[in-house]
Parts: sequence; structure tokens; C-alpha cells
Amino acid sequence: MKQYIIRRLLQMIPTLIGISILVFAISSMVPGDYITAKNSPSMTAEKKAELRAIYGLDKPPVERYFTWAGNMAVGNLGDSLQHKQPVTKVINTYVWNSFIIAFFSLIFSWIIAVFTGVLSAKFQYSFFDKMVTLLVFLCMSLPSFFIGLLLIKVFALELGWLPIGGMTTAGSKATGWGYFVDVLEHSFLPILVLTMISTGSLTRYFRTSMLEVIRQDYIRTARAKGLKERTVIFKHALRNAMLPAITLMGFELPALFGGAIILEKVFVWPGIGQVYLESITVRDYPFMLGFTIFLAVLTLIGNLISDVLYGAADPRIRLK
Amino acid sequence: MSLEAAPLDMKTQVPAKQPDSPWRIAIRRFTRNRLAVIGLLILVVMVLFCVVGPWFSPYDLLEYDVKNKKNLAPNAEHWLGTDKLGRDTLLRLMLAGRISLLVGLVATAISILIGATLGALAGFYRRFADTIIMRIADVFMALPTLPILIIMGAILSDLKVEPKHRVYFLMLILGVLGWTTIARLVRGQILTLREQEFMQATEALGLRDRRKIFRHLMPNTIPIIIVTATLGVAGAIIAESALSFLGIGVVPPTPSWGNMITSANSLIDFRRRPWLWIPPGMCILITVVAINLIGDGLRDALDPKMKK
Repeated sequence: MKQYIIRRLLQMIPTLIGISILVFAISSMVPGDYITAKNSPSMTAEKKAELRAIYGLDKPPVERYFTWAGNMAVGNLGDSLQHKQPVTKVINTYVWNSFIIAFFSLIFSWIIAVFTGVLSAKFQYSFFDKMVTLLVFLCMSLPSFFIGLLLIKVFALELGWLPIGGMTTAGSKATGWGYFVDVLEHSFLPILVLTMISTGSLTRYFRTSMLEVIRQDYIRTARAKGLKERTVIFKHALRNAMLPAITLMGFELPALFGGAIILEKVFVWPGIGQVYLESITVRDYPFMLGFTIFLAVLTLIGNLISDVLYGAADPRIRLK
Repeated sequence: MSLEAAPLDMKTQVPAKQPDSPWRIAIRRFTRNRLAVIGLLILVVMVLFCVVGPWFSPYDLLEYDVKNKKNLAPNAEHWLGTDKLGRDTLLRLMLAGRISLLVGLVATAISILIGATLGALAGFYRRFADTIIMRIADVFMALPTLPILIIMGAILSDLKVEPKHRVYFLMLILGVLGWTTIARLVRGQILTLREQEFMQATEALGLRDRRKIFRHLMPNTIPIIIVTATLGVAGAIIAESALSFLGIGVVPPTPSWGNMITSANSLIDFRRRPWLWIPPGMCILITVVAINLIGDGLRDALDPKMKK
């Protein structure tokens, strides 16, 4: 196992190099840089050139790539031009706001998906099952930004039950419980949308996996022993049905820390996705590149985790 | 009596003598899936609405009437109202649908072309070609798609690409970024197919590699390609609309469902003029649901083993 993990980690290196070259090449295709994007009229040509020299923007792309990649290899992502802070620090400041939404929607969607998936497998072809199937398709097809807008329109503007956007009420100095309630109200809709989007495919996953398990002999044995139906389904069947789903856990990793760019924009949520979107607009290369690589690393590690988890959960799988 | 019975008997015997072709079986399985058929009907209606609909519209997008017709609410003349330039929203909705559907279709076609070819090459030649192609696929798979799309969109904006041409670039970008899924599937299939007996026959016949791959191996992967392509179109439509909503996909004056929703960014339009942004959103939703239903029906019909 240890050997397997080490080999996989080593295999990541060429992939990461490929990604970094690709991402850097794409971003250096962008005409203009941070200085032109800022476009302040008071700046003279000399001042601009001076600033470019400071930021290292005057060097040829290939040289810039090696400086950047070299720094990154030792864990230095550079300084964000816009925030005047190390990229890692900016990520650390905003990523937790995104994490809150992603984490809760993850938990809710898993709970909902397990229950509806199991029940619709148990009562296959029933009315309930058909409704679930239809809802699943609806959830899988939702354009997140449109549903977000629709919910804001209904619940925030028309009914006035929830705030329109942001993370806290502007000017609010509430602490403790008051702060908690404030954030809760603001996060309700984004979490709802994110949960809706991810529940669809998860439910489907659990349903098929449960359908496979339920037809096996040991389930018949469990019933023949006279076990209660609830025990059969939730203890005997569900455990095995959950097994393949463990791999999904790893894939959730980038979603947890990656931020939901579009949703955060719609809900004006101060998460990492919004900061990232802004960094593209103002040509804050160090942040833009650094965060893209951060996401890629998360994806690769997530894949590794899901493979390892699968091997750990299912002794029939040998990792080599 | 006997005269009538005879042809009936023959009819019942025919299927036994001549087994149905796999395609006919697939079609029968598909039509038995009620949700999939409903999806297909909805999609056909939607396509007709967008493609044929504009011809029945009495309005023209180039006819501005900012003075008299600005921001009208839905009424008998303008069923979905008008926008801030006095253009008919219904007409824009139909024209936007053409663009959105076209972007989805072409982007997927590009993905399939690249993905199926590379996947087939990797599966057929194995060894070196396989390693190289699948490594590249790994890189593409670990790329965060949406951020890359946004960066590419920003590049298009910076290069001042004309809105007319921008649509083509968008198709290309979406297509190129999406080839890995199909490549992996096709490669997997070809790896098993190439070991089968009919491939030994092609070997014995001395066929060229090109012929082996494109005439004998690829046709066997068509079911997988069809299913993935269908679901891919749905994904591409969503991606396009999201990008256009962010203002870096299809940009005005070319209408697309995504960029029509951008009018929700202005608080007044968002609040008081829902006819500007709710219909395009519903169109996206309905189209994508329909395509997903069809894709699922096709999966059941073409390859029951694939169901996961």
C-alpha cells in the first residue's frame, strides 16, 4: 500500500508539469497584464516599465515560466498583485467561506441521496421511485446560476424571507449567536442550490448500487433468518451498496476547496471562487496561476484518495 | 377461416426465422422507455421552436424601436414582452436557442472527433502511443474546466474577437476541453475488441491498420459514442450558458440563452422584468432535462451493461 501511494505520488509529477505548462501557456496568450488592466491614467510610461520590472512582467514568457515553476516546486506560489499578499495567504483567507457552503451541501446531499436512493431501490417502479427518477433528472440538469437567481427572486425579493446576497448583513456588528444566525440566513440559498445540484447524480448512484446488492443471495438469507426489513436494508444491504460510493468521497475534494465560481457570483458570497474570477479580470497572474494549480493538485490527490479508500474498503481490490 | 389463418401464422413465424437487427432491438427498447420518448418529443418541439419559429415572427431583431416599445411587459403583440432596445423577447429567445443548441452540438462533435480518434489510436497501438495519449488525457482531466474556460473567454474578449466569430471559438474551446471522457471509453472498448476473433480475421486478410481501426473496430464503439455524445451536448449547453452568463461566452449582439439571462444582473430588470430572463432560463432547463432523458434512454437501449 505504502509503495502504491508513493508511486502514485511520483506519477503526479509529470502530470503536474504538463498542467503547469498548459496553464501558463494559456495565460501568457492573454494580451495585456496587471499594469494595463489597472489602467490608471496618472501612471507614466516609465513608471509602468518600472513596475513591470518589479513584478518581473518584462521578461520573456519562457523565463517567467521557469521562475514561476521553480518557486512553486518549493511551495512558494508568489504574491498576489491585487491583494499584495502571498497567494497562499489569500487562498487561506477566502477558501473557508467557500468551504462552509461546500461542506454543508456535501453533508445534506449525501444524507438525502442515501435515503431517497435506498428507498427508491427498495420500492423499484413504484410511484415514489418514478417521482425520484424525474426529480433526479431535473436536479442533474439545473443550470446553477439560473436556479440561484430564481430562488433569490422568490425568497429574497418577493417574500423577503432571506437576504439577497453576501455573507453577513452590511454594517452588522453582531457577534456570537447573532453572527451565526446572520451567516446561516445568508448561506441558506447557496447551500440549497449546491445541494440540489449534487443530490441528483448521487441519488442515482445509490439507487443502482442498491439495486445490485438487494438481489444478492445473502440478502435473501438475511430475510430468511427473519430479520426485520429495516435491518436487512440499512444494515446488510446499505453497507455493501455504500462501498463503491466511497470512491466518490475523494472526488469531492476539489469541490470542497475549489469554490463555486458561478454560484458565489450570483449570491455575492465572499468565497475563493469570486476572488478567482476577479483575479482573471484584473490579470493577477500569480493568484490566477497559483489557484489553478492548487485546484489541479486537489483533483489529483482526490483521485488518489478515492483509489486508496476503495482498496481499503474492499479487500477484493488489490492496489498494485 | 383457413384462408385467414394462414397469413397470420406466417407472420408469427417471420421473426423466428429472421432475428431483429441490434439497431431495431435498440429502437424498440428506446420507444418502450416512456421518459426517454417524452424527452425526445420535448427536444423535437424545442428544436422546431428555435429553427422554424423565427420565420413566423412578424418582428425583426434589427428593428429597434427604443422610443415606443422599450421594456414592454408581455402582451398580445409581444407575447414575452420586449427588452430595453424594444426588441421582441420571443424572437430573441428563438434565435438564442439556435445559437445555444448549435454550440452544444458542434462542441460535442469536436470532442467526439478528437476523443474517439485518440482513444482508438491509444487502444489499438497500446504501448508508447497509449502511454503518451493517456498521459495527456490525465493532464486534461486534472485541469479545472470552468476556470480554464473563463480564462479562455477572457482571452477572446481581450483579442476583441468579433461576436460573430466568437461563437466558433467557443465551440472549439468547449470541444477541445471535453475530449477525455470519450477517449477513455473508446480506448477501453478497443482494448478488449482488438483481442477478439474477428480481428484475427482482419489480420489474416492482411488489412491495413487504418482499415482495421476505422472499418472494423470503431463501428463497434458507436453505441458508447452515441450515449456519451448525447449527454455531452447537455453538458456543453450548460457550460455555454454559464460562460455567456458571466459575459465571456457568446456576447451580444449575438443572442444566446445564457447571455439573455445576464439582464438579471441589473436589479430593475431582475425585479420588475422577469420576462427578460426567466424564459431563457426555462429553455435551458427544459432542453437539458430532455437531452438527459434521451441520453439515459439511449444508454438503456444500446448498452444495458453500461448502466452504472
